[in-house]
Amino acid sequence: MPSLTLLGQSVISGLLAGGLYSLLALGLSLSWGLLRLVNLGHFALAFLGAYLTYHLGTVLHLAPWLSVLIIVPIFFGLGVGLHAIFVRFGVTEFTSLLVTFGVTVIVESIIQLVWTADFRRFETPYATASIKVGPLFVPTLELLTCLTAAGLAFATWAWLRFTYVGKALRAAAEDPAMAAAFGVNHRAQAFLLSGVSAAYAGVAGGYIALISTLAPSQIWAWLGVVFAVVIIGGLARPIGALLAGLLIGVSESVTMAVVTPAWAPLVSFSVLIGLLVLRPGRV
Amino acid sequence: MRGRRRLVAAGLLAAGLALGALPTVGLPAFYESFLYLVFSWIALATSWSILSGYAGYFSFGHGAFFGAGMYTTATLAAAYGLPFLWTLPLAGVVAALLACGIGAVVFRVKQLRGELFGLLTLAITFVLATIVLNTPIDGGPGVYLSGVPMPRLVGSPTGTIYLLGLGLAAVTLVTAYAITRSRFGLGLFAIHDDEDVAEVKGVPTFRYKLTAFVISAGIAGVAGGIQAMYVSYVTVAETFAITVPLYVVLMSILGGARHWLGPAVGATMITASLYAFTGGESAVLGRAVVALALILVILLLPDGVVPSVRRWWFTWRSGALAGGEGRAHRVDHRLDPGAASASRTPLAVTPRVPAVTSYGDAAPGSTAPPLLECHEVWKAFGGIQALRGVSLTIALGEIVGLVGPNGSGKTTLINIISGHHGADRGRINLAETRLSARSAHEIAGLGVSRTYQIPRPFTHLSALENVALAATFGPGRCSARQARADARQWLAFTGLERRAEALPGELNLHERKFLELARALAARPRVILLDEVLSGLNPTEIASAIHLIREIQAGGATILFVEHVMRAVLELSNRVVVLNEGEVIATGSPREAMRDPHVIRVYLGKAHAA
Repeated sequence: MPSLTLLGQSVISGLLAGGLYSLLALGLSLSWGLLRLVNLGHFALAFLGAYLTYHLGTVLHLAPWLSVLIIVPIFFGLGVGLHAIFVRFGVTEFTSLLVTFGVTVIVESIIQLVWTADFRRFETPYATASIKVGPLFVPTLELLTCLTAAGLAFATWAWLRFTYVGKALRAAAEDPAMAAAFGVNHRAQAFLLSGVSAAYAGVAGGYIALISTLAPSQIWAWLGVVFAVVIIGGLARPIGALLAGLLIGVSESVTMAVVTPAWAPLVSFSVLIGLLVLRPGRV
Repeated sequence: MRGRRRLVAAGLLAAGLALGALPTVGLPAFYESFLYLVFSWIALATSWSILSGYAGYFSFGHGAFFGAGMYTTATLAAAYGLPFLWTLPLAGVVAALLACGIGAVVFRVKQLRGELFGLLTLAITFVLATIVLNTPIDGGPGVYLSGVPMPRLVGSPTGTIYLLGLGLAAVTLVTAYAITRSRFGLGLFAIHDDEDVAEVKGVPTFRYKLTAFVISAGIAGVAGGIQAMYVSYVTVAETFAITVPLYVVLMSILGGARHWLGPAVGATMITASLYAFTGGESAVLGRAVVALALILVILLLPDGVVPSVRRWWFTWRSGALAGGEGRAHRVDHRLDPGAASASRTPLAVTPRVPAVTSYGDAAPGSTAPPLLECHEVWKAFGGIQALRGVSLTIALGEIVGLVGPNGSGKTTLINIISGHHGADRGRINLAETRLSARSAHEIAGLGVSRTYQIPRPFTHLSALENVALAATFGPGRCSARQARADARQWLAFTGLERRAEALPGELNLHERKFLELARALAARPRVILLDEVLSGLNPTEIASAIHLIREIQAGGATILFVEHVMRAVLELSNRVVVLNEGEVIATGSPREAMRDPHVIRVYLGKAHAA
């Protein structure tokens, strides 16, 4: 049995690692739940964002937060453009998965051509900074990720719950024809949502650049866990995605500390399988 | 037609033999490896489509079965010294058992949606990978098969691998072809379009899905076994990568996942184009080009290459025979007044009513014993009590009208009799057989058949296939040929014979309603449950439908029909049962029941009852 400090430390690092899961899951959950599009391209966009942050930081020596400010509007545009293709060709829930798989492969190839397949590491002074709380260390950067995820999740929740656009989006997701009969302009709102979802990928990308080592093939590494988070959290439920991300993060890191690191993936997927089999109505 | 088919079969056999003889002519090993890869992907993609293409349950877990096969062979051959060829069937069995276990749990989940099944199978792949990685099966460093002796089927080791790949691809394609032409395949296609209706029409959906999953996984397992020997070094990272599940999906969609040859065409196209870009930068570029091609194909040919090409070919051919049969037929159908009136008054073209029931049930009459009996049936949906102890009996050969205001529980009762819902309490018997607590397909097999108020045809099957399916899976259980002949007869009976090849989407409401009717009749049921067949039809159509129902009864059928069109109720029923708020409030002859003050109050309000 590991010491209490180790356990506490692993819960903290799990919570913080979960922040990134949540951040990635947020956009995915929105487009799947409200637009019925399963967007694998979300991962590609996040990594494109990460590489852009890295590039702007190492070549132009731009501060990461400035890079993210530049990236977010560009990605909003990318999201809208991608959605235009979906609309133009009447992409369904299932074909969206295939089309965005293609998009992801193309983005992966572009990244590999521009930045090569080598591992890249964005060295920043604050990458190693941390706050000491009693016997525990809280890395600043991860804490910031977590706070951003929580902030965006609550903002999105409020947006969906209290604004007209949010309500209209939820109504249209439930019954497009009925929503249209009540004057909901789903097309315009769908473009907005796609843009927002892509912008979230850009934000997540900024943090990925700072926290992890970059390689084009890493795009696929997140797929399983993040989808698990999306489903466990419930589609189009921002707070759910946040909590699920934290839950998976903690369960993984506690498994790493208590058992061995290698068994960690089993946890999230077992939770996912159990949930899908026992509570299929949730999604 | 038959001669041509034989020619095609002979051609395929010759091609297969020629391919089989290839390793003996001393081809460079490079070509043999390349062709092996094509065969391997053909086997994987085709086997994937058996469940996922035909029945529509997209699995992202094909990598798990492929990996299970790889590790079975690797473990048995490397650690236990079993001869390589012996491990292949075992690899298939292990993968099939895995699928059987997963399917037995997962397919019991009610309302398992497609994407959920996809993600579940993906998750299972990761779980399996973790287990293999952390147990002595692999343990981390990977398994080497370099010490395993390669059996010498022909001169070179690559030749042997090539032949194994060819054999597996051929077996898989033959299996896929046989399934698409079989009753099993028809059932899978029906599950793809509407699983609930398939079950109600008599398709044992659970068993079919599980069987398809097991066959699909078994083939993937064997493919994995061969692959293990081919790569001779098996690692978790390579084996359980996202490549296999994604590539098989792409290949199948690209080629056409609902056609037996589609996945093979897709597999060949993708493998060849990936091979064209091997080495260095061009590999990266190649992948991007393949991905772009994929996007374009999915956007422009959503059905896949093979079905699209087939459609072009048929259109082109019927165009080439300008003024010939194809086009003339269509014009004839649209403009010929005779054809139009024929479809409006179907009976004008039906000389003979086919016998509805194939059973030796005794002669009809009110003294006959009850054929269908509901006793104290209760059903609640959440807080809503839909049925409160409904009891009714229908004698052999009787037509009973079930009427009542909206929400009185009529359709619920039909759903419960047909097994779509289970009753909370109560008992339903068909003659001596208890129906309650049986699954819907068993009930259909016992001779209960129904229509849906809003027609629910199988959208990817033609009108003829829709009806033939009901005949195939109904209590008659006839052969495919017989089913098609029967189906034609029923289409003629309902005035749809000219629309036999049309897809349901091309039919208007009236035709779809009659298709529902034809589908219910084709099962040759003992009891037919008609749920508002007349709603939405115009007076002429109603008249012809009433005529049809009379003919059906004359053919010896027993009918329970839900209807709001009072004229039809009065004209057709021997007896009327009135439901209100889940209770039977009146029963008797139509005129009697309609004069009952309670019934009038329910239908028209209090003032009229006075």
